[in-house]
Amino acid sequence: MEEVREAVVSLPRLGEPAPDFKAVTTHVTVKLEDFKGSWLVLFSHPADFTPVCTTEFLAFAEIYPELQKRGAELLGLSIDSLSSHIAWVRNIEEKTGVKIPFPIIADLDRSVSTAYGMVHPGQSKTETVRCVFIIDPNQIVRTILYYPLTTGRNMDEILRIIDALQTTDANKVATPANWRPGDKVVVPPPTTQEMAEERLKQKEYECVDWYLCKKKL
Amino acid sequence: MACISTDGTLTESGLKMFRAMVSGPVSPEEVAQSTGLPMYRVRGGLRDLVPAGFVVQKGDKYQLAEKGAAMLKK
Repeated sequence: MEEVREAVVSLPRLGEPAPDFKAVTTHVTVKLEDFKGSWLVLFSHPADFTPVCTTEFLAFAEIYPELQKRGAELLGLSIDSLSSHIAWVRNIEEKTGVKIPFPIIADLDRSVSTAYGMVHPGQSKTETVRCVFIIDPNQIVRTILYYPLTTGRNMDEILRIIDALQTTDANKVATPANWRPGDKVVVPPPTTQEMAEERLKQKEYECVDWYLCKKKL
Repeated sequence: MACISTDGTLTESGLKMFRAMVSGPVSPEEVAQSTGLPMYRVRGGLRDLVPAGFVVQKGDKYQLAEKGAAMLKK
């Protein structure tokens, strides 16, 4: 009887090191370590020369300066060739006047998309779904977003998540639902009964109860 | 190789990097600062240029090799 073996790939998880890679891109051959010290937004799109992806690339190009202000780089990916990527970004520039300023991985051997779990056969066996991995300057995976093929991504949410993660890292706080920079942040809840009693006496906090207190930064 | 075109001439970003390394050993951070190129672009470029003999690595710093300096004079 023929033995069937399948390689088990462990997918990235939050809080763990991002899977290493070396890949050819439209700018230069890159390794994950080349982005050390910067935040990295690694995203996949299903295919070049497709309508929703083109709207997304225009939107990613639009937020690129905002990402740079936050110390973040953008890196796109699809299972297309370098020639296809180059032809597509040139076409986008020719038709819309928008230059795509970030590199795009040509993942023809699927090595990066496999390591990051970007192909979901239930959606497509030949294309990557719309993934976003936000990787911090220490190359730890901090956020994973998956969107279906038919739904273009929300750029404001990507910027908001980076703002929230950077605020959390800098201030040891959490951010509440729909938080925006400038809004009150959530203070980590007390871990002992004594701390819970003391928390409610602290005048600088706005508390619903001992476990839900917010403060201005 | 991203810094050198297929016709053997320096690309615009390659020219910036070569000029940044002409006067002495510099770190990738210094190259990025003086050229305005992102760090990934500098690191990726250096990774190609060292084995090709255009740049020599001295510890954590990089300097144009003779082959690189000759290229810059073209």
